[in-house]
Amino acid sequence: MIISGKVHKFGSDIDTDAIIPARYLNTFDPRELARHCMEDADPSFPGKVQRGDIIVADKNFGCGSSREHAPIAIKGAGVSCVIAKSFARIFYRNCINIGLPILECSEAVDAVQDGDSLQVDLERGKIINLRSQEEFQAMPFPPFMQEIMDKGGLINYVKERKERDKVEV
Amino acid sequence: MGMTISQKILAAHAGREMVEPGELLNCRLDVVLGNDVTAPVAIAEFKRLELDKVFDQNKIVLVPDHFTPNKDIKSAEQCKIMRDFAAEYGIKNYFEIGQMGIEHCLLPEQGLVLPGDLIIGADSHTCTYGALGAFATGVGSTDMAAAMATGEAWFKVPESIKFIYYGDLPPWVGGKDLILHTIGDIGVEGARYMSMEFTGEVIKKLSIDNRFTMANMAIEAGGKNGIIEADEITLDYIQKRARRPFTIYKSDSDAVYAQVREYDVSKLEPVVAFPHLPENTRPVSEAAGVPLDQVVIGSCTNGRIEDLQVAAQLLQGKKIHPELRTIILPGTQQIYLEALRRGYIEIFIEAGAVVSTPTCGPCLGGHMGILARGEKALATTNRNFVGRMGHPESEVYLASPAVAAASAIKGRIAAPWEA
Repeated sequence: MIISGKVHKFGSDIDTDAIIPARYLNTFDPRELARHCMEDADPSFPGKVQRGDIIVADKNFGCGSSREHAPIAIKGAGVSCVIAKSFARIFYRNCINIGLPILECSEAVDAVQDGDSLQVDLERGKIINLRSQEEFQAMPFPPFMQEIMDKGGLINYVKERKERDKVEV
Repeated sequence: MGMTISQKILAAHAGREMVEPGELLNCRLDVVLGNDVTAPVAIAEFKRLELDKVFDQNKIVLVPDHFTPNKDIKSAEQCKIMRDFAAEYGIKNYFEIGQMGIEHCLLPEQGLVLPGDLIIGADSHTCTYGALGAFATGVGSTDMAAAMATGEAWFKVPESIKFIYYGDLPPWVGGKDLILHTIGDIGVEGARYMSMEFTGEVIKKLSIDNRFTMANMAIEAGGKNGIIEADEITLDYIQKRARRPFTIYKSDSDAVYAQVREYDVSKLEPVVAFPHLPENTRPVSEAAGVPLDQVVIGSCTNGRIEDLQVAAQLLQGKKIHPELRTIILPGTQQIYLEALRRGYIEIFIEAGAVVSTPTCGPCLGGHMGILARGEKALATTNRNFVGRMGHPESEVYLASPAVAAASAIKGRIAAPWEA
């Protein structure tokens, strides 16, 4: 899949409390969470983010809590992809499990500016900055994780496996 | 080539003799945990699988601890989802208000997590149980949902960092100071994706409550798990609680580590982490003087009996500073009751603190002590991110119960010896 969108750039160690503050965790409705997405990092973000936009962040994006509400809020806000130098472990896992595309690419993060437009080939991990025409290559996913993402997340993956087991029995 | 304790536990749960860092494994789980924030999401995902039963009714633990007793209607609805699910699927370890406690204080106390176990929890501080020599790690709700269905989860075998602590711990310095000092040294992503193995003569002498505090904050350095080999101190804690067999694993002497870091603790002072990251650490002598509006003593990091004992020791016969609020939250009903029997609760109330029923409440800015704009709190909790305890322009300083109690008396950040 090839996506394109405008960049919202963030710094290092953006934690899950900044992505979705705990005061909103009494629901998991994606639309409601999206209204407060990134609020404590940039209060203007929920108002300006457009469907298809891309979050670009420095190192350790999504550190802190295990709340899946964080990637749900980002997905709910219409963000098509998150590109960072590195992701915190649980956030990374959650994104794969719910099917929010993420890419690790330090070079792109350093070169891209807030407001740039990017085109991203998710399968190939190729990132093109449409302003500067620079190209970047993200780290590929291990095949096992790629398979979960291709199925649309972990639950679909498990569902298929369960059905396969049933047939074999 | 030898294996670390983390490798051994993962290997055993994948039916393998030997595993190496970087390998992807499918592992059998001993415990799957969720709370009132994460379990409702997991339950919604689980229901998409259209199954009439969970993998094992005894191995799923559900604890309503974050926004409970229900802080508002929406939280009440979340808890009801979990309560109804527990009844419908016959989940044995659902802990209702009155029985519940902060999950990471409660599960060890109830003997639900044991040495050698492989545990996932939809809560990042699930790593706490590593203090018992278990491999325990936080995951999200969808992982929890899949695990409730299959009893399995996938893991990448982590590399390990070995932390060796030696020397004599000075007075008022404990597990919280050791882990904050370590996070200050390696940074909030210093152990990202890795296993943190805590060892050395200091750890061997460290009490179980102080060990829980250390393993609890492995996630604050980005760690996948924190782990301490089970020993006599562990067995002493476990033996009266365990109701099933368990296995003790130890790292091989030729196990391979990505890093080995050594700390001489002899000159260590109590540590304070400044806003807004746990890595912003300073010795308390360089922190003293910051005026405070609130002190919180409790949480899955420091809500155990020994933590309350330290606070009571300092607060006995003293008064909380009049311009500051102090909130104390025992981690479980049993800890609360024990504190009551020992007279700590009376000491706290006489001093002018409030004592709350167990809840995660203020730690994550949920309820029971939210900060206004510009306010400063010192807490024995685990995170001091922007807005963590309330208004995005409030501040949280992290420290031990000793520093917290001393600061409560002084109305500013204070060293225990000042109180």
